[in-house]
Amino acid sequence: MKSGKALTTAMAIAVGLTTVLAGCSSTEGNSAASGTGGSGGGSGSSAGSKVTIKMMHLWPAGSSATQNKIVGDIIKDYQTSHPNVTIEQEILENEQYKNKMKVLSTSNALPDVGMTWAAGYMEPYVKGDMFAPVDDLLQGELKDKFVKGTTEAYAFGGKTYALPVELNIVPVYYNKAIFAKYNLQPPKTYEEFKTIVKTLASNGVTPIALGNKDRWTGSLWYMYLADRIGGPDALKKAIDRSGSFNDPSLIRAAQEITGLVDMNAFNKGFNGLSNDEGKTEFMNSKAAMYMMGTWELPNYTTNKDVPQSFKDQIGFFKFPTVDGGKGNVDSWVGGPGVGLFVANNSKVKDEAKKFVSFFVQKWGELAISEAGVIPATKVDTSKVKLPQLYIDLLNELNKSSNLTLFADVQMKPASAEVHLNMIQALFGKAATPEEFAKKHEESLAKEAGK
Amino acid sequence: MDKVMSNKTVVALFVLPSLLLIAALIYMPIVLTGFYGLMKWDGVGKMTYIGLANYKELLRDSLFWNSVKHSFLLAVFSALSLLVYLLVALILSAQIRGAGLLRKLYLIPMLLSSVAIAQLWLKIFHPTSGILNRMLVSLGVEHTPEWLSDPSIVLYAIFIPILWQYAGFYILIYYAALKNVPASLIESARIDGAGPWRIAFAIRIPLIAEIFKVTIVLAVVGSLKYFDLIYVMTGGGPNGASEVMASYMYRKAFSGYDFGYASAIGFFLLLICLFMTWLIRKATAGKETIQYS
Repeated sequence: MKSGKALTTAMAIAVGLTTVLAGCSSTEGNSAASGTGGSGGGSGSSAGSKVTIKMMHLWPAGSSATQNKIVGDIIKDYQTSHPNVTIEQEILENEQYKNKMKVLSTSNALPDVGMTWAAGYMEPYVKGDMFAPVDDLLQGELKDKFVKGTTEAYAFGGKTYALPVELNIVPVYYNKAIFAKYNLQPPKTYEEFKTIVKTLASNGVTPIALGNKDRWTGSLWYMYLADRIGGPDALKKAIDRSGSFNDPSLIRAAQEITGLVDMNAFNKGFNGLSNDEGKTEFMNSKAAMYMMGTWELPNYTTNKDVPQSFKDQIGFFKFPTVDGGKGNVDSWVGGPGVGLFVANNSKVKDEAKKFVSFFVQKWGELAISEAGVIPATKVDTSKVKLPQLYIDLLNELNKSSNLTLFADVQMKPASAEVHLNMIQALFGKAATPEEFAKKHEESLAKEAGK
Repeated sequence: MDKVMSNKTVVALFVLPSLLLIAALIYMPIVLTGFYGLMKWDGVGKMTYIGLANYKELLRDSLFWNSVKHSFLLAVFSALSLLVYLLVALILSAQIRGAGLLRKLYLIPMLLSSVAIAQLWLKIFHPTSGILNRMLVSLGVEHTPEWLSDPSIVLYAIFIPILWQYAGFYILIYYAALKNVPASLIESARIDGAGPWRIAFAIRIPLIAEIFKVTIVLAVVGSLKYFDLIYVMTGGGPNGASEVMASYMYRKAFSGYDFGYASAIGFFLLLICLFMTWLIRKATAGKETIQYS
């Protein structure tokens, strides 16, 4: 609306690009943190030539304070033991991070080390030869260090292209105080769960906090229902095309979603609220339940900004089983979160790989003791004192019978986009369960045909 | 000096640098966008030439036409609200008390960044704690609207901050133009017995007609390519209910990894903007322009 001539204004792509670049300008340099490494002035006494590794990650000090600090600590550590290496951080928020990855890869200028999501998300980058294989690391000092099943999500054609740092499962957190007030117990079956929802809703308490503007948040609910009704393979098969979204169990899962919406299970206006806005309802004790990945654990255990009285009120339960459904209560939605990649065209590939190897090991130790998040590497928990909530979840993870990787990560980008849109439509009752299935089928078939 | 300027080589030498800059920064991207539109490209890997397939699919894409419709709706609302802005400017320029302060107040939204405005209005529109619904509740409304998640109202809800954001800009333009109308004309009209309305419609508005045309083009083309508030506030959702052309293009490129298709949308957007500019010029041209003095 503001600028002038039609020609200049209509430079369409530029609109998108400017927004992204504007959003990206908040680069937080952390170079030369350890005096010896950086500022290429005086002739160093350090061994080897000076190396600068650029690293991009998505844990800003604001929203992921603990993770952010750990990354800083690891880098400081590494720079102290490798005085010739300087690591420059660039930190972006989740969505901006994805956008910047896209822009950088278009100009073939990815950072030396960066973060990626698994499976479908990273496929275009792997196909475009943007990421370097890191199998040599896995054969070497990282051999057998990872929890089984985590590195596989980053492998294509027998080669692994990134190393996972997180392992997440998605429990339903609940507010014990609210449950106690209405005499409720954590549910074992879906029927019990629906009774809880009804009780809370009829008493004017929001049963479930949800911010579905981000769409993947609603997808978690669908995935659990699909798993509990259709078993661990139904959704997986529908996505890899050995099955179909027209599977009756998958359609029933979609029906259950509309059922929950009809029962006023979610907070008002959820489709227009971001995950953070939805979460606020739970953090303010206005909603009784909140389903989210274990990356939220610090908020209920170690985060100093959250009052202890609130933390004490929070428990979790496993998504209940559905009567007649094939799913097991120990089957989880989750999987490895982000992983570290090394750019294929990096000028300092070897040094970058060494750093990645160091990072994942160090992260494994610190993530548990300081951040309270679950790392993808195996850890000895006997040495550290951990919050009970965390230990309980870790034990659940060890018992898990299946991990279903997030649907939008399983799918390739175009279908993932359709899936997320349809989730929002389903929750908003703009699409019937049958339409929901049909749109998925169309998109997946089209992508498989390409 | 005249001699130098009549030397064609010198003229070319002076003009060439900026001409090259414009070509590289403006026309090149346009051509490239059209070119990428002919490709199947995920924005990362290799491009494959697929001819006009993207453009053909565009014509059949109901989601795209939905976004076109929304963009045009926004353009219509923007054009209509120009009349309101004009009215405000007329009142402001009529020597009312505190006009200077009001003018500054109106301009403030223009000075805020779009993201700040979006955050502000997200709070206002919040379904339970937002000031809008709290007011409605205190007025006794039981079922308050879910402004940003109800597909039937989200589009109009989001127009409000957009129109609010640019109000000051247009009011200022009109105000400046109205101030340029010679006082002598208004004074003689007043002596002849014309009231304030008569003066407004017979003298002041006709004299700023040219400015009005310019603002229509600005408002319409600006609306067609509008992006920022919509992206931050709803991301085009829920389920495309507030999607406009630019946000759809963005979504295709950055979430759907379909850069070729997004480029085709971008090129199409350019054509529509050019066409609308031409149309508005055509519709408003040829009429006798009224001059001062």
